[in-house]
Formats: sequence, C-alpha cells, structure tokens
Amino acid sequence: MTRISVSVDGTEAVDEIEPRTLLVQYLREQRGRTGTPVGCDTSNCGACTVLVDGRAVKSCALLAVQADGAEVTTIQGLANGELHPMQKAFHEHHALQCGYCTPGMIMAAVDLVGEVADPSEQQVREGLEGNLCRCTGYQNIVAAVRDAAAEMRGAS
Amino acid sequence: MSTTQEQEVGAARRRKEDAHLITGQTTWTDNIQLPGTVHAALLRSPMAHARIRVDVSAARDEPGVVAAYSGADLADELAGLPSAWQVTPDWVAPEHKPLAVDEARYAGDAIAVVVADTRAHAVDALDAIEVDYEPLPVVLDMEQAMADGSPLVHTDAGTNVCFRYADTFGDLDAAFADAPVRIRRRFVQQRLVACAMEPRSVLVAPVPAAGEYTVWSSTQIPHFVRLFLAMLSGVPESRIRVIAPDVGGGFGSKLDIYAEELLAFTLAKKLGRPVKWTETRSEAFQATVHGRDQIQDLELAADADGRIRGLRVDLLADMGAYLQLLTPAIPLLGRAMFPGIYKMDAYRFGCVGVFTDKTPTDAYRGAGRPEATFAIERMLDELAAELHVDPLEMRRRNWIGHEEFPYTQIAGLTYDSGNYEAATARATELFDYDGLRAEQARRREEHDPVQLGIGVSTYTEMCGLAPSRWLGERGYAGGGWEAATVRVLPTGKVEAVIGTSPHGQGHVTTFSQLVADTLGVPFDDVEVIHGDTAAAPAGLDTYGSRSLAVGGVAVWRAAQRVLGKAKTLAAHLLEVSEDDLEFSGGNFAVRGTPGAAKSIQEVAFAAFAAHSMPDGMEPTLSADFVLEPDDFSFPHGTHLCAVEVDTETGRVEIRSYVAVDDVGKVVNPMIVEGQVHGGLAQGIAQALHEVARYDADGNLTTGTMVDYTPPTAADLPSFVLDRTETPSTTNPLGVKGVGEAGTIASTPAVVNAVVDALRPFGVVDVPMPCTPENVWRALHEAQGGAA
Ligand code: FES
Ligand code: FES
Repeated sequence: MTRISVSVDGTEAVDEIEPRTLLVQYLREQRGRTGTPVGCDTSNCGACTVLVDGRAVKSCALLAVQADGAEVTTIQGLANGELHPMQKAFHEHHALQCGYCTPGMIMAAVDLVGEVADPSEQQVREGLEGNLCRCTGYQNIVAAVRDAAAEMRGAS
Repeated sequence: MSTTQEQEVGAARRRKEDAHLITGQTTWTDNIQLPGTVHAALLRSPMAHARIRVDVSAARDEPGVVAAYSGADLADELAGLPSAWQVTPDWVAPEHKPLAVDEARYAGDAIAVVVADTRAHAVDALDAIEVDYEPLPVVLDMEQAMADGSPLVHTDAGTNVCFRYADTFGDLDAAFADAPVRIRRRFVQQRLVACAMEPRSVLVAPVPAAGEYTVWSSTQIPHFVRLFLAMLSGVPESRIRVIAPDVGGGFGSKLDIYAEELLAFTLAKKLGRPVKWTETRSEAFQATVHGRDQIQDLELAADADGRIRGLRVDLLADMGAYLQLLTPAIPLLGRAMFPGIYKMDAYRFGCVGVFTDKTPTDAYRGAGRPEATFAIERMLDELAAELHVDPLEMRRRNWIGHEEFPYTQIAGLTYDSGNYEAATARATELFDYDGLRAEQARRREEHDPVQLGIGVSTYTEMCGLAPSRWLGERGYAGGGWEAATVRVLPTGKVEAVIGTSPHGQGHVTTFSQLVADTLGVPFDDVEVIHGDTAAAPAGLDTYGSRSLAVGGVAVWRAAQRVLGKAKTLAAHLLEVSEDDLEFSGGNFAVRGTPGAAKSIQEVAFAAFAAHSMPDGMEPTLSADFVLEPDDFSFPHGTHLCAVEVDTETGRVEIRSYVAVDDVGKVVNPMIVEGQVHGGLAQGIAQALHEVARYDADGNLTTGTMVDYTPPTAADLPSFVLDRTETPSTTNPLGVKGVGEAGTIASTPAVVNAVVDALRPFGVVDVPMPCTPENVWRALHEAQGGAA
C-alpha cells in the first residue's frame, strides 16, 4: 500500500492505495466521484477525462500515485455555484444524448478552450479527437464548445 | 409560473435529462455501491472453437475469492438463454448456456466465473483457473459453413444452417423473362459493433429471507429482463424488480438477455449477497452482440427505360455461434423493405441463417432495414448508371407518387403517407445538385486526381414495432403494444409513467411536452417515470424507433382519458353540463359565464379529496392506457452526399451531406435533429470506417477502439438538415419515428457517392468500409490490375 494525498474537487484527502490503482479507480471507488465514468480499457475513449493541475488527462491512463500532491478537478467539481459555461453550452446546444461521454468531453473541451481561446470548427474537431461520442455525431458538441469559448472570452 | 401555455409540441425544448448528466450526478449501474457486494469476473475462451475441461479449484484459494465455478459446475442451475423469435417452424436453436459447458464456440465465449471481494481480486484469480483446450475445427465463412463436410459449430445440430426462409410476391418469372435490363450484384454487409459508450453492467441485490431481488442493468429492456429472469430462474416475477438506471447508449446491443445478467442473478441467489459485474471494453467487443453481417445477392430486372419489373434478393445472414434474443429475426425485418419506395411487379426474398464460430449477431441500429435499404439504393444507382440516366431521375421513374398514398407495396406493407418528390426537391436545392454535377463533369474532364462523387439515397423504413398480431404471425413470442399511466397529483403536478425505457433519446422531455399540451399544464410540472419495473410495471421498452410512435401515443391516450375524467368532474363541480365547458390553457370554463371555471389543478385536488364526486366516479385523477398499434409508420427522406476521392491514395473525404427527412409530426425538433446527427454518424461509420474483422483462427482482430476505429469528431463533417412533413395516418399524433432513419439512409448515400466518383474508371462497387485500401483495390481491379 502507498500513501497519497490528492485534492479532488477542492477536498484534500490522504489515502492508502494499492500502487497499481488507476486514478479513475481511485476517484470512483475511494473518493466516491462516480461522475467520471470508464468507457474503455485501452485509454482511447476519453470518457474518464479530468483536469489534473488544470490540464486534461485521461484518468485511466494515470496511476493514482502519479497524482500524489496534485489538484484534480472532475465534472462534479466544475460548476462553481453555477454551471460552468461549457456545461451550459452543452445543455443549450443539445450536445449530449445518453451523456456517458459528456463528463470527459466537457473536461477535454474546457482544456481545449484554455489553450485556444477562439477555436475554429476544425480545431475543435481535432482537439477533441481523443474523446469518442457514439450518440451525437459531434455536430452539436462542436457548436457547444465554440459557443462556450465565446462566452468564456467575453467573461474574462 | 404562468398558466398560459405556449404550444409545447413543436418547440425545441432543452432537455430535462441534461442537468444531472452535465454535472456528473449520474446513476450508471457501475456507480451503485451496496454494502457486502461481491464482484464477478468471467474467464472467456481465447479459442474460437474448442472442447474444454475447466478446473476452477485453485482459483478458490486466491486472495479475496468467495466462489468460483465452471460451466459444468453450474450446468444444472443455469438455464439456457432465450431466443424469442422462432422465424420458421423448423429452425435450429441450439442450447446457449451462460457459461459454456464442454465446448466453447467463439473467442470470448464465457467458460468460468470467479466471485471475489473486489473486482481486482476476481480478475486476478482468473489466472489460477486451469483449462484444457482441445482445439476443434473453426468455421468463420458462411458459404464454407454451408458446404458439405464443413466443420460444425454445433455438432449435435448436424448442420450450420439455422433456418431457410423464402417468400415470393407477384410473377417473378414473368418479370424477369425477356427483361431488357438485368443487373446482378453481390453486396457484403460487414459485421459491426455497436460500441455504446457505457459498457454493460449488472448488479443484483437479493433479500434472501424474502426471496426478493433487485436488479440494476445497463439495458434497453428492463421489462424483458424481469420476465426472462423469472422464467429462467423460477423465481416469481413478482419478486423481481429490474431497474435500468442511467443507461449510456444501446443502439440495439442492449436489447438482449445476456449471459451475465442470468449469471449475476443466479450467483446472487446462491451466495445471498449482492453480485456485480461490469464489462471491460475488450470484453464488450467480444461478448456484446454484433450487428449486420450479411452477404446479399441481388438481381434486378427492368424495362429499357429503367422501370423496375422485378427484384430477387438472396441473403446469407451470419447468426454467429448462438442465437441471442432476436438473432434470426434481424435479417427478416428487412424482408419487406428491399423494395424501398419503388413500384415493381414481382419480388422474391430468400434468406438463410448460418452459424459460424463468431460472436452472436443481433439488433444494431436499424436491424435488418439498413441492410435492405443499402441494397436497393445501391441497385437504383447501378440501374441508373447502366442506362446512363441521372440517379434522381431513375428514382422518379420508379417511386410511388405522392398522390398514390396509401400504397400497398409489393411485399404487402401499406405505406400510409409520404411525399418523395417534396423531400427530394428540398434536398437537391440545399445540396446544389446541379452545381456539384457540373463540378464533377469538370473534374472528370480535367483528369483531376481528386474526383468528386455524388451519392443519392431516397430511403424509407418501417417504425413503430409493432402490431402484436403481425408479430405473432411471424413467430415472435411477445407483443408490440405499449403502456402508459398519467396522473395529476393533489398538488396539480403531473406524473407520466411510461413503458418505454430511454438511454439517450430524451423521452422525459418529449413526453413532458406531449402531456403538458394535452392537459394544459406547465412543461416543468410534468415528471416522466420510466425504467423501473416497480414504478412502471407494464411496458415493452425501447427499440425499433417505437418509443414515440407507439409509446408516445399511449401517453397521449392516457392523458386524454385523464382529461375526459377531469371534464366530467369539473362539470359536476360547476353544476353544468359537460357540453357547456370549454377547455383551454388548463382551465375548464363555462361558456358564456365569465369567472365560472375550474383549473385542472383544482379538479385534481377535488378528485383527491373526493368530497363530491359524480355517481360512480372513482376518486383521484389518473388513467392508464395500453395501446395496440394499428400499423407501422414509414418515415422517408432524401439524403445527398458529395465525396472527394483521391484516386492516388484511395482516401475518401465527405465534402457535404444534406439530409431531408420526413418523420411526420415532430414533438421536439432539437431532439429529432440530434437523432439524425447520431444516426448519420453511425451510417457513415459503416460506409467508411468500421468492420469487425476476424483472423483465420477466429480471433477478433479489431477488438479495441483503436482497431475498430469508430469515427471521432475529426472524421465527420457538419451535416445540413431539413424536414418535410406528411403526417402518419396510422396514429393520432401523426408521428413516424426517427431513431434509425439517419443510419438507414446514410450508408448507401455515402457508398453511392464513392462509386459515382470512380465510375469513369470502370468501378461498379467498393466493398465497405470504403477505406483507402478498399478504394485503391477497387480502382486497381477495375483497371485490370491484380490488387
Ligand atoms: S476510460 Fe477510455 S480513455 Fe479512459
Ligand atoms: S452522448 Fe452518448 S456517447 Fe456521447
């Protein structure tokens, strides 16, 4: 067992974990953050994407020990009293159907817009290539991300 | 909240479903943690066909292990899995145990189970299981499987043929005799994987002393799961509650009764504690049903001007190794759809279902109809090319005119409504059809290495499964009705209980809109209850684009009943005759007497208090309706696709895509568009990206997301959508269904475009998926090169 200290959605905790525990397992099973789902076992689908120290990471591709000392933000910690502009835009643009890809998609999109403040359609499509959605055909996701980006530019 | 009502039906209401999904406050089955839960992991055969001897005893000593069983250990306790659609009287339906007992018949067939305190311990302990695999000959190809002397998937069956089915309509010989034009083609519908983003998961919690069970499952069909768990386990249905909580997509793949559901149930019963199993994605590729997988031989006979005389269809349909819930019926759901929107004198449909040592097939978005539509739409393009006629013009010469509805087509279906001319006119306008044809001609002339292709698909499909009698006549064990309850609570809030079970389609929003309009209550005052057999006990669940066309009508009828009762009570309370009442905006007002009125909320409270009821009226304001559909509904549309094909690399790029669909009346246009977008993506994926491929030994070589390549955002274009509207006449809402339309229409539109681009090079077909390699090969072969 290894001891780690991780801040998850603003709450610090120290936990004993098996060294092989993936970050996503730690979040779901030990921290109860089940808002972050698992869609694959080969780190290809992006459903598990969270922010680690502000950058998007596939939490199934990281061991929990690698997040020792880090600040993790999951979909459950994104709204700050009110919905994040990205969450609002996903709702407004019908950018989700079953919603399984949505937590990862939103976190990846937040990171994308952090890097490129005014992404083109192509930049959004390429920027989200690591996140699969089987329901929406992506068109409304692209619209939501661009709209949220505009909102976030205005707000800053 | 204002009581004056905007019209809800037709409004692009944002979804009520979203709030918890965008904040991660979800209840996926795997999220549920119950005290004392043990976790199951399955050992799966790595060989496609082998005699097995399994010894699990060493696994029982591994850390955390609670129990371990082989298929032989549980052979007496585990019933075979059901196949509910006997397509012919003499079908072959071999036993399908949740854990294989002495033979594994596909790579991924489950052969043993370990139950442990954690998932990791269960998975670790699988390594300790000892298995002797004695390899048996493998058969993967349908034509080989049918040949004399082929190895058999099921030795006892004595054959690999599951069923033979054939139907002929009209005088086929006359249609084909002396036909000036005859075109033959073979198309292959490659095997596909649904890839719903949420892997399957099941959790069974027993109350041992009471003999009661609660089952959470990532399923499209909680009512069927309950029924079959009862039938297969002997536990009374009344003691089983099945909940489909948040479900992350299905596309047909969760329309099944799975080995793991029955296994988890049996283990929970045996061990007296909650048992959970969640599939890994790698398991999902092998153990969740696949879709499509047909070889289609077609022949079309036509007059010299292209008027279709007859169509002959012969299918080989791959069942995989076992029959799942609807496996043999899937190709037959396409039986009546090969004629498409076209008139013809004669039609023959034949289908042979064949077993192979591969994952079982079953429903995948469209289920039989995409295969049929692909074939006929490809044939129309081939006919057009043969006669040097524009493909749209060729369709005009053959389609059913808008003035001819209702029209009983050659296979006996009556298309109730439609207007193919209108949808096509709108699509060609949005697409700039003439402009693109001019550009195509220019590029051809200039020998541009990047050629432009234009693909047409004027599809129809049958939605609203299904009239129960129709199902019964075709060997299906169940019915096709749908149930709903609508109740106005004492506070005036409304609950609509539905029998369909959504997993992304937005039922809660759509049905709230329907009920809000009918009862004149605010959209936000309607709750929709679903997916729990304790709360919504009657229903036949979600598949086949039936939820609105059948389930929505049931909800609407129940709301009408509530309204009728409310009116009688309002008249009683106001001491007037019902004829004196006018209902609007949620109020019953006495005509000509200003101020004399009762709101539906007041009536609901009066019905709850029951102080003064008309003679014989039961207290409370609630009504049920079980709707038996009159007939199917037939959405249709015209999809046009332009592709650029690089003749040097074989690369295909979609340049533009226009979809004009007629899905009848629309409740929520935003949700309808979303369904079309997603459907298009999956249809395009079949055309360009996806195939479940096996190597010669029967190993699935496309068993991860990287290898299977479902399209990413970067692989797809933006779509241009519009709608035309001819209301369905088979239901009072005029709705048709939209869940599968995009998938059905788009595959032939894209492939027709690819072939169109390459036609000057002599190409007459490109096998799906039209990857650079397949395109390049087709080009090479057409030019006489050995590819
Ligand atoms: S779960 Fe698929 S990338 Fe992490
Ligand atoms: S909304 Fe279902 S996978 Fe994206």
